[in-house]
Amino acid sequence: MERRDFLRKAAFAAAGTMVVPAFMKPFEALALDELSLYKNLVVVQLSGGNDGLNTVVPFGNDIYYQMRNGIAIKPDDVIKLNDMQGLNPNLSCLKELYDQGWMSIINDVGYPNPDRSHFRSMDIWQTASDANQYLSTGWIGRYLDSNCQTCKFPYTAIEVDDSLSLAMKGLSKKGIALKDPAALFRNTNEPFFREMIQSDKDHLDEENLGYLYKTMIETSSSANYIQNTSKIYKPNYTYPNSAFANQLKTVSKFICSGLKTRVYYVSLSGFDTHVNQLNQQGRLLQQYAEGMNAFVKDLHQNNKLEDTLVITFSEFGRRVAQNASNGTDHGTANNMFLFGGRLKKQGIYNAAPDLANLDNGDLKYQVDFREVYGTILDKWLDVNNSQVLNKRFNTLGFI
Amino acid sequence: MDRKDNFSNIKHLYNRAGFGIAYPDLLQLSKRKLNKAVNGLFVSPAPGTDLTTVKPDEFKQQQLLLSSLNGKKELTPEEKQQREDITKGRNEKSRDLNLNWVQRMISTPNPLLEKMTLFWHGHFACRANNPFYAQQLNNIQRNNALGSFKTLLMEVSKSPAMLDYLNNQQNKKGHPNENFSRELMELFTLGRGNYTETDIKEAARSFTGWAYNKTGEFEFNPKTHDALQKTFFGKTGNFDGEAIIDQILAKPETSVFICRKLYTFFVNDTPNETHVKELATHFYAQQYDITALMKQLFNADWFYSKENMGNKIKSPVEFLVNLSREFYVTYNKPQILIQLQSSLGQYLFNPPNVAGWPGGKNWIDSSSLMLRLKIPSLVLNDGILDFDGKADPEEEAVIALNKKQKPRPVKSYVNAQADWPKFLSCFPKDMKQTEMAAFLLEPTVGKKISELVSSNVNLKNTVIAVTSMPEYQLC
Repeated sequence: MERRDFLRKAAFAAAGTMVVPAFMKPFEALALDELSLYKNLVVVQLSGGNDGLNTVVPFGNDIYYQMRNGIAIKPDDVIKLNDMQGLNPNLSCLKELYDQGWMSIINDVGYPNPDRSHFRSMDIWQTASDANQYLSTGWIGRYLDSNCQTCKFPYTAIEVDDSLSLAMKGLSKKGIALKDPAALFRNTNEPFFREMIQSDKDHLDEENLGYLYKTMIETSSSANYIQNTSKIYKPNYTYPNSAFANQLKTVSKFICSGLKTRVYYVSLSGFDTHVNQLNQQGRLLQQYAEGMNAFVKDLHQNNKLEDTLVITFSEFGRRVAQNASNGTDHGTANNMFLFGGRLKKQGIYNAAPDLANLDNGDLKYQVDFREVYGTILDKWLDVNNSQVLNKRFNTLGFI
Repeated sequence: MDRKDNFSNIKHLYNRAGFGIAYPDLLQLSKRKLNKAVNGLFVSPAPGTDLTTVKPDEFKQQQLLLSSLNGKKELTPEEKQQREDITKGRNEKSRDLNLNWVQRMISTPNPLLEKMTLFWHGHFACRANNPFYAQQLNNIQRNNALGSFKTLLMEVSKSPAMLDYLNNQQNKKGHPNENFSRELMELFTLGRGNYTETDIKEAARSFTGWAYNKTGEFEFNPKTHDALQKTFFGKTGNFDGEAIIDQILAKPETSVFICRKLYTFFVNDTPNETHVKELATHFYAQQYDITALMKQLFNADWFYSKENMGNKIKSPVEFLVNLSREFYVTYNKPQILIQLQSSLGQYLFNPPNVAGWPGGKNWIDSSSLMLRLKIPSLVLNDGILDFDGKADPEEEAVIALNKKQKPRPVKSYVNAQADWPKFLSCFPKDMKQTEMAAFLLEPTVGKKISELVSSNVNLKNTVIAVTSMPEYQLC
């Protein structure tokens, strides 16, 4: 190298380091063991409004059979958990996890003045808003915004999908959506992309252009980190062949390779079963259960189950009575599933739905879903839930 | 003002008030005074026409058939098929309606009108299951886009789409439903803090009886209307819905609220309250005449100040329409435009909720930005889209009906053609690469971009590079 060239480059480099704002420093360079002990949360969304009463079946209650004579699950087919409730036979794979103490069921989770529109109710669940309140940020996004010790990386929350759900969007920070770390890595390492983020940094102070550049730099940095960390890990567990199981397999790869991500988000669609529900829901529940079975056992085998909490929700349950097409229509409160190696209350968390005491044909909620979020924020993600949920919610005893 | 300033001001004006401007038009307009160009936006070469994707006759026939099917206890297999066909037909029409509007925005000779319609579409955000109602509401928003806000508000409030969406069909004497009343004040007119919970309750009572009939027309039903006294904003009287809307408009806060929202849409994400006040005073004095307001806005000095230029993130629809207009793009499979809207987070006719799309930085996250940076090269260079958006929650029932969960195709060709000869013929032969970059981008072209493009040998490469830059996301 010519001396003159060298000098010019050295001067540029020195000047460069002086003007580079803190957020631009490569995250890979931060001390690796800064946060070696921490816990993961995996959120599983069942889209379309899963029928909770045919998922966890109240076989001990006659009203269930009276109101659903076309689609009720026969007592003999139910996988019994206690005298009152049992699992849909398509969830047989979950029984093993249940017996190990790795699973918990919360009945009747909902919120006041429930909305029966898919879109609106999903909005409420994802933003953790009241029924008459509109928020443009999601609950995990606001957790990222809270700037707590555990959430400073741009890859703190990952959704295994092509696009990012509202739940993952905060005001100043957002989760990252990716289906395939290698593909994102290729995209952010295209020469043109690299050239754009490596050349002048003049615009970083500008309001919106700066935000675009910052997003590009963080995406690139995260893509490198995620790809380089996760590619070392060789998966050693066999998953069933479904898109849902594949998402979980990707999450497991990230967790087992020691990625410093704290929240993962996956989803399974198709639960809007208005017509001929039994087969449709059965097929989906089976996919769900097989995927979860592999995922939980995989984590256990890799000593990660203790550090992982999985929650499953759907935007609403369905009405107690079936409709005329052997399906069910949009309802309200629903059960949630929890999985993990450190559940404090294993098995069924609270009383079964009271089918004799309905609100216009719908279940009344016993637990506000924000109490479940609040518990996780407080006890698992180590942030005061009022900071994220905009008011304080009681915590429950499941972890 | 010199020629160069006028050039960038008019470009700015057309980007914000419309969907960009062709180079020859820009040169032409730069020779004239700025206020002439502003006025020109309001003189439409052709009157705005309704979208007519769903024909009224077709809708009426469907309604008749549906009500006879719904009246039956048991349906024959043929009748079940008929009902499924109706649902399927509606879904197709909803898609067509969306695409017809996007195509209209791409080719319209009247860009301000469509831009305003887009604004009202987000302001009076609504999801309608029935595409005929969605179309009706869209046409109300277009017909009044530059007219009287009072008429617009009244017609929107009486549209089947909104009555249905905000549950006014269930708002009856003795059993008021407050949904419409609350959103009317919180989101459509006054904004939080300018009314009480009592006002909402009393207004809800006043709107009882506002409904629509089977043929999709507004109908006042005196039987379900609560005709007793109500106390609204401290006044007591036997108010009906119209009287409530009049009282809401009589409050200057409504003018401020609308002007602030217009300001964040057309000028800057962060409202300058002095400017907002200036607009609101004028709007109120002009009795809510939208044209008067918009002329004031586009003629204001501050509209052309440095901090208000090249700093707004294009909404996904603005981005797609700008790009398609600029390069005369033909989509051989127009459905791709729906996939892109959905993946980028602005699926027209399907806002996230009644508050509309939050906009600004909310449009951008890592995945939506990566996709945005990629789209120009896909559209202009006929690339492959390796992206597979989320299903809309309303489509879950369709997904549930599919017997097998078959994986959706991961790769699809965008299958679009830009008219390069037409685009390139607009420019002088000796157009420099940096001049092209400066024309296509709203933010100032700095050293970096100049260096990146100046080594190119042809303009086409420069265009593809420039449109793939983050700077192209701004207008």
